[in-house]
Amino acid sequence: MNTLRLLAVLAGGALFGFGLAWSTMIQPEVVLGFLQFDDFGLLLVLGGAVLVTLCAYLLIPKLMNKPLLGKEFHKHPNTFSKNTIVGSALFGVGWGLAGVCPGPVFAGIGAGNWMLLISGAAMFLGAYAHGRYVSR
Amino acid sequence: MLEQFFPNGMLHYLAGGLLIGAGVSFIFLMTGLVSGTSTFFSSAWSYFSTLPFFRQKSFLESRQWRLAFALGLALGGFAFLLTLGNGQAASTGVQWWRLLAGGALAGFGARMAGGCTSGHGICGLSSLQWPSLAAVITFLATAIITAQVVQSIGVLP
Repeated sequence: MNTLRLLAVLAGGALFGFGLAWSTMIQPEVVLGFLQFDDFGLLLVLGGAVLVTLCAYLLIPKLMNKPLLGKEFHKHPNTFSKNTIVGSALFGVGWGLAGVCPGPVFAGIGAGNWMLLISGAAMFLGAYAHGRYVSR
Repeated sequence: MLEQFFPNGMLHYLAGGLLIGAGVSFIFLMTGLVSGTSTFFSSAWSYFSTLPFFRQKSFLESRQWRLAFALGLALGGFAFLLTLGNGQAASTGVQWWRLLAGGALAGFGARMAGGCTSGHGICGLSSLQWPSLAAVITFLATAIITAQVVQSIGVLP
């Protein structure tokens, strides 16, 4: 992976993180407020993000043969299995308990929400437990 | 009517969402990569663990850009803090045990499901993949139930 590609990923990640902070998704209380039906703003965040990304994923490969700094557009097909549902159900319980998911953990720590270090460390441990679990 | 559903306004949610989409789209335009967040946790373990699962090719190949992506997310949060955030650090009053237990479950579950709110929610839905739609419906349902049950037994917040 060359440096320019990594810088592009860094810049895109920064846009993403800025958006997460602006939309207050880095405050677990706001996410919990959505899950408790007090404020439906999260749907605007997800809807806005999907709208832009949908256009990009559909149009860019039609307009260009390959990305500006790469050889191919990845498709990243998601396979469906029991794990998709069981894993998502567990993920949802965790999300509903903590009020943060992986993206806002990093963006939130960057914005000085230090308490999210707890969730970030726990996510690392959860991913490690998953690796152990599938290797058993 | 709208104030009832959006008591804190709508514009900052929309603006943030559009920027999030712009970030994912920019990465795709430049590199062709589909940038979910949660695989970072597994790929990062390849730096520390000798467990064969963490040493698989897809993690070794993607761990560099996934690290750059996670750093970018933090950098974006920091840039917000310095600009629109007026230097006021975000904070939370959510109790530490919720952040800890919820984080661990979310980390495990996202890896088992092959994606989280960004991988399945944003990238998966945007590439019109029905497994991702099933994932999103499932985690929204269990998250809503969990948050409301925890609220109803009097844990605040």
